[in-house]
Amino acid sequence: MAADLWTALFIAILAAFTGYEVIGRVPVLLHTPLMSGSNFIHGIVLVGGIVALGIATDPLEKAVGFVAVVMGAMNVTGGYVVTERILAMFDRSKRKGGAK
Amino acid sequence: MTIDVLPDTINAVYVVAVIVFILGLKAMSSPETARRGILFAGVAMLIAVLVTFLSPGLSNFAWIALGVAIGGLAGWYWARVVQMTAMPQMVAMFNGMGGGAAAAIAAVELLSSLSNVAIAGLSIAGGVIGSISIAGSVIAFLKLQGWLRSKPIVLPARQVVNTVVLVVGVGFGAFALLRTDTVWLLPFFVVLLLYGILLTLPIGGADMPVVISLFNALTGIAVALDGFALVNGPLGDAGYAMVIAGTLVGAAGSLLTLLMAKAMNRSVANVFFGAFGATEETGGPIQGQMKPIDASDAAVLMAYANQVIIVPGYGMAVAQAQQKVKELADLLESKGVTVKFGIHPVAGRMPGHMNVLLAEAGISYDKLFDRDEINAEFPSTDVVLVLGANDVVNPAAHRKGSPLEGMPILDVEQAKNVIVIKRGQGKGFAGIENDLFYRDNCRMLYGDAQQVVGKLVSELKK
Repeated sequence: MAADLWTALFIAILAAFTGYEVIGRVPVLLHTPLMSGSNFIHGIVLVGGIVALGIATDPLEKAVGFVAVVMGAMNVTGGYVVTERILAMFDRSKRKGGAK
Repeated sequence: MTIDVLPDTINAVYVVAVIVFILGLKAMSSPETARRGILFAGVAMLIAVLVTFLSPGLSNFAWIALGVAIGGLAGWYWARVVQMTAMPQMVAMFNGMGGGAAAAIAAVELLSSLSNVAIAGLSIAGGVIGSISIAGSVIAFLKLQGWLRSKPIVLPARQVVNTVVLVVGVGFGAFALLRTDTVWLLPFFVVLLLYGILLTLPIGGADMPVVISLFNALTGIAVALDGFALVNGPLGDAGYAMVIAGTLVGAAGSLLTLLMAKAMNRSVANVFFGAFGATEETGGPIQGQMKPIDASDAAVLMAYANQVIIVPGYGMAVAQAQQKVKELADLLESKGVTVKFGIHPVAGRMPGHMNVLLAEAGISYDKLFDRDEINAEFPSTDVVLVLGANDVVNPAAHRKGSPLEGMPILDVEQAKNVIVIKRGQGKGFAGIENDLFYRDNCRMLYGDAQQVVGKLVSELKK
């Protein structure tokens, strides 16, 4: 196995523990925004789509790469807006709660 | 067209992006900082995408820009216009898009590097998981949207059929790998998409929170696998960013899935293979009958109570009744009644679904209580108002042999009075009769949640 893959594996293991620790103690209240937020974060797939399309040579690769970019971009913007909208509601409730 | 930016600069930017991602995710796990968290993550995403676009050696710029514009605008617009109640299916849909993108990237890698065993093997794995994730997520979307029957769709011998389909699909991938022949790739992807559909069809709508969460984690893993495949190729540094972000989501999403399944006292395997709600109930017929109440009597009952606990469910979400509920709670409090909200972890179609809707209506979240916090209070509560919830308050969960057996519920039946607002006499999402409705202390108030709560509000104003 190439050295790059070993490096990536070490990184992945550390990232897995980080993901676990970061979510470890989260209130039920935030489950939905957190699921939506992590849904946004795997939108990083767009970066892979850009690379795949950017180095594609024949028409079929280009077509499939284009699909990857479109879907990845939807994941990013849709995931962001949904999460933002959910969290915006929490903000408003906090202001009203505080005014009482 | 090639713009030269030093690879070191690009890497430095990826490092910053990754740090900001983790800080953002961390901030999202506390209500005070959650909004800052998504903003952080958004900024990190923006710089990661921009810097990738500037990578040296990249071609097809016009196509990339067009794809980002089409997908980005479509996602943005769709997420903007959709109703808050439809958020669960939107998360499912955008998650599916991520899975689809991961599968497509795997396909490109397989088309270009099938002879490299490491890259091809990782891409096959990414393709398997990505395909299952997009197909499953789309089915989940269709079920939640109501465009597909949400009750479990059970095919005969599906366990065997599904396993065969999975094995055949992975087999096609293995053929492609061993014979380095791209002709096997099309059947590979088609059969795995079919598997994703078959896997999700038998799952009832009540289990969708767990399903969406699992597909979310799966997409993360598929993205990480694609990242592994990319680190070996040109522009490999983007791969590291995908490995980190994908694994982060894979781990966090898996944990979230387990937490949700635990809240329903079911294993994840049981959700996927149990065809919940398709089994016949073994308990005997329920004794007694449902007793209706009208809005004015219900209003009086609540106005003279010391404490009212409101238990919302999916019915409140469907009827968009949360604003009226806020009015009701304010009115009751002005009459000196203590009002609390009992939130079951899986009420609605997503964990925290009720919290979000009540927060939208402006109800302070210190009035919202978890199952563990509120259950001890039911015996000393005068009135519990069950608002479009069903399975999560069904005492059948305490009875042996019930399909709900062992599911942690809100013990509302212990309150002095229970008023259930419900559209009709139908069963809950799990398709099981609710013992609660037949209890002596329970009264049924039929109608659309928003209209009925509106009536309660006008009665209380008299």
